[in-house]
Amino acid sequence: MNTYEPIIGLEIHVELATKSKMFCGCKNDPFFASDPNIYTCPVCLGMPGGLPVPNKKAVEWCILLGLALNCRIAPESKFDRKNYFYPDLPKGYQITQYDQPFATLGKLGNIRIRRVHMEEDTGKLIHATVDGKRVSLIDFNRSGVPLVEIVTEPDFRTVEEVDSFLKKLQQIIRYLAISGADMEKGSMRLEPSISLRRVGDTKLPDYRVEIKNINSFRFVKKTLEAEIERQQNPKERYQATRRYDEKTGTTLLMRAKEEAEDYRYFPEPDIPPMRFEKKYVGKLKSTLPELPDAKKDRFIKTYNLNEQDSILLVETKVFADYFEECIKVTPKIGLVNEISAKKIANWLINKRPDIETVLPVQFIEEIRNAVTVVELSSEEITGAINSVIETKKQAVEDYRNGKEQALMFLLGQVIKELKGKGDKQIIIELLRKELKK
Amino acid sequence: MGYNKLQMKTTKKNTATFTPGDVKKIADLAKIPVTPQEEQKLADGFNATMEVVDQLFKIDVSNIEPTSQVTGLTNVFREDEVDMTRMFTQEQALSNAKQTHNGFFVVPQIIDQS
Amino acid sequence: MKLNTLTLAQAIEKLKKKEISLSELYSDIQLAMEKNKDLNVYLKVDEDAVKKAHKKENEMLAGVPIAVKDNFLTVGLPTTAASNVLKGFMPPYESTVTKKIQDAGGVVIGKTNMDAWAHGSSTETSDFGLTKNPRDPKRLPGGSSGGSAAAVAANMCIAAIGSETAGSIRQPAAWCGVVGLKPTYGRISRTGVVAMGSSLDCPGPMGKTVEDCALLLNVIAGKDIYDATTADIPVPDFTKNLKKGAKGMRIGICYMNYPGIVGTPMAEAVTRAGKIFESLGAVVDQVSLSMSVSDHFKSNTIIAPNYAIGVYTIVQRAEVSSNLARYDGIRYGNDRSFLGEEAKRRIMLGTFALSKGYADKYYLRAQQIRSLYIQNFRELFKQYDLLISLSSPGVALPIGASAESPMFGELQDLLLEPSSLAGLPGISVPCFRDPSAETDLYLGLNIMANHWQEEKMLQAAYAFEQNTEWNSWIKK
Repeated sequence: MNTYEPIIGLEIHVELATKSKMFCGCKNDPFFASDPNIYTCPVCLGMPGGLPVPNKKAVEWCILLGLALNCRIAPESKFDRKNYFYPDLPKGYQITQYDQPFATLGKLGNIRIRRVHMEEDTGKLIHATVDGKRVSLIDFNRSGVPLVEIVTEPDFRTVEEVDSFLKKLQQIIRYLAISGADMEKGSMRLEPSISLRRVGDTKLPDYRVEIKNINSFRFVKKTLEAEIERQQNPKERYQATRRYDEKTGTTLLMRAKEEAEDYRYFPEPDIPPMRFEKKYVGKLKSTLPELPDAKKDRFIKTYNLNEQDSILLVETKVFADYFEECIKVTPKIGLVNEISAKKIANWLINKRPDIETVLPVQFIEEIRNAVTVVELSSEEITGAINSVIETKKQAVEDYRNGKEQALMFLLGQVIKELKGKGDKQIIIELLRKELKK
Repeated sequence: MGYNKLQMKTTKKNTATFTPGDVKKIADLAKIPVTPQEEQKLADGFNATMEVVDQLFKIDVSNIEPTSQVTGLTNVFREDEVDMTRMFTQEQALSNAKQTHNGFFVVPQIIDQS
Repeated sequence: MKLNTLTLAQAIEKLKKKEISLSELYSDIQLAMEKNKDLNVYLKVDEDAVKKAHKKENEMLAGVPIAVKDNFLTVGLPTTAASNVLKGFMPPYESTVTKKIQDAGGVVIGKTNMDAWAHGSSTETSDFGLTKNPRDPKRLPGGSSGGSAAAVAANMCIAAIGSETAGSIRQPAAWCGVVGLKPTYGRISRTGVVAMGSSLDCPGPMGKTVEDCALLLNVIAGKDIYDATTADIPVPDFTKNLKKGAKGMRIGICYMNYPGIVGTPMAEAVTRAGKIFESLGAVVDQVSLSMSVSDHFKSNTIIAPNYAIGVYTIVQRAEVSSNLARYDGIRYGNDRSFLGEEAKRRIMLGTFALSKGYADKYYLRAQQIRSLYIQNFRELFKQYDLLISLSSPGVALPIGASAESPMFGELQDLLLEPSSLAGLPGISVPCFRDPSAETDLYLGLNIMANHWQEEKMLQAAYAFEQNTEWNSWIKK
């Protein structure tokens, strides 16, 4: 019985949601563009004489992501040219980072992050038939869009690990609000590499199969499982690039790579190198929002919630923030016990209000109105009322002289006395009655 | 006055010598169409050039930092703003293309699909 | 006097004073163009130039006609870089340099011929025929800005724009007996210039006099937000201190002992130039030449240029191979089968120098040796204000000369390559006219300054020009 384990590494591309492209001021909105080739300029169209100027925000967001993934940020880095020919690559080279990326040596969970770097996206090719001829149509709206590339070490051993890592990564990216990280829209793209290794071996296998064209989260597990199955046959264990085929649910061979392509990397002469001082990186780091795991842990500790509820609350940053807003606006006058953080959490998780339209204050009101009233006897209520009338003589005087708000004050005192129990309507009636005496 | 008489002396070779086969490989990498007749001529030309380059191997370059930028500049960025003054209309973008279709550039179909 | 023979400074003054009219000026230019059609200087002339000029009468450049090398993108005029690949290419945007000229009131009268893609030092390798040297039509004008140099020399424009990677402004200026200025790398924007060697390319003015170059430099210099390699250094008025003279300047004469130069009449011309500077109050001495690169740290020694040729060859071709990858005929122009022989050679060699297994051997090594030259100049400029040398190892060569060696260009630019690798500025002024020749054959004197010191070198060049007889437009 051959026990083989999968060795999986991931290469992930994330399209940053900056306003403009990576090296020019063209609009960064390829997915929603109404027509092809409407967001181009001399730079991203690869015209003669076009020169790249890096987008500051894109660089900062890339570094932020590196920091969120616990990477080391390079004090010196640069851009490089990766030279190859393809019709969707207008300059005949891609500006990327080769040997001095912004971030390296990170970790997310148990997975080591090899590097996080910045590069530009290519245009888009669509296949069509025009005048009877099979052609490729090219749209450069996407050319030059900022892409962050994340490469992990081949540390994954199960498909579940990959799935949960991707979900976690997507969550972090959305917390940073730097990208929609949406696989269906192309703002997050995945290229896993898989090989098989006999259990017990420690060396990495001498081949990898790269898989392209996984354009939805729901295909990730399927693809990997299908590929692992396919590689059970030893004849299939060779270096290759394959593409996921939706129809068959398996992978098809694109090209068997004996030799890696020669990209002739060299430093990009049109862009001066970059230096990041510790102070600057520190400042950027301080702008990192509290990340999901840290927030979850804090919720458990501070609000006495359980793991499961916390995980649900921190699913998105907006949801978690809403939760804490609710807690903030919950009035504390003797009613804290009535609406606990736990209660708010339960309500939020189960009711799932539309947090866009329902204000936290309104949501709290909803909860408060639905809370069941603890019954009290009229003697108990009257007893509390009389105790308050005895001690708060000035307010009583004020009320008897016509000041309505004195009544609210006295009501509050009575509720306090009764520790929040009792039907408010009944209490007010009895209070008025007693005050008339 | 006449001709200038600079000549490059050739020394023991450290550099590559090109055959037409080498030329073909490079031409493929650089997507330059060359005919078999051109291959030999190009190989000869490369070999002449490489004789000049050969001089560089007389120098000990250990511990020398390479220079790719003479400006001394660092950290040159632009703000993340859309620059309408430079964006082409679709018409401008397509204006010099030999073949377009419904706003797209057109090439014969690429077999290798990514 | 034919108005086309006016200098830029004179033309602007006379136009502003209304002593001459734009119509007269352009008419004389037109005549010169017709008379010299055979020289093949212009690839395209703007028929509407004079119309455009009239609209700019009141602006700084008063509507004067400027010839522009055909690797600068100009809206409304085709831009080809003298290659069949870009035949008929109509740019959808304007280069920063030509935009600045037009905003200042200048008119791009036409696009001048050049070596295709700026690959050369003769203008013989243009895909649209060679340009002849106006001083002697049996000879070459030099290159790659040969068309611009010839346009100035033949008074077919008032001033011109060229570009230089290592020699492409100064060498044709020398061969045509005009003034050509290469600025500090990063002084002038490369936006909209067909890229050749990205870490080396410099646009620059070419004109009849030093003052003309200073005037144009004022217009075109400055940081450009669209070019990340332009420096945020303030642009002084380059004409302000022009007449301050060379007194007290420390000047070093370079490369005089180099084989092929030592003992020749060319060397004498530079020695004479040194004496002229001395008479103007400068302190002049010979910088000793070292064939050993390990002398790069000495402030009184200049490393021989023969290694610079190898460095320049590798670096430039590597960058060229990448910069020309965008010409695939899909978005504009023709496909790569339209590339000329020289372009194919350079692209392929550059590809080779960057390829796997060879990049470390060639490209990395070249960039390392580049550092040595940079260090050498850094040391030299601690001791000297300016360095002078020949611009070109000799006078203009006869037509056909460029075919003699695949390394023709690099050999011609030998003396300019070291300082170009360091991004240093230099200006070429005529310094000798061969009396034994039947026609006007000039030598150019190359005056080099440290980074951002164009003012200093203009000052010295002006003093030299005013106190010698080699400039055809300055009557004594």
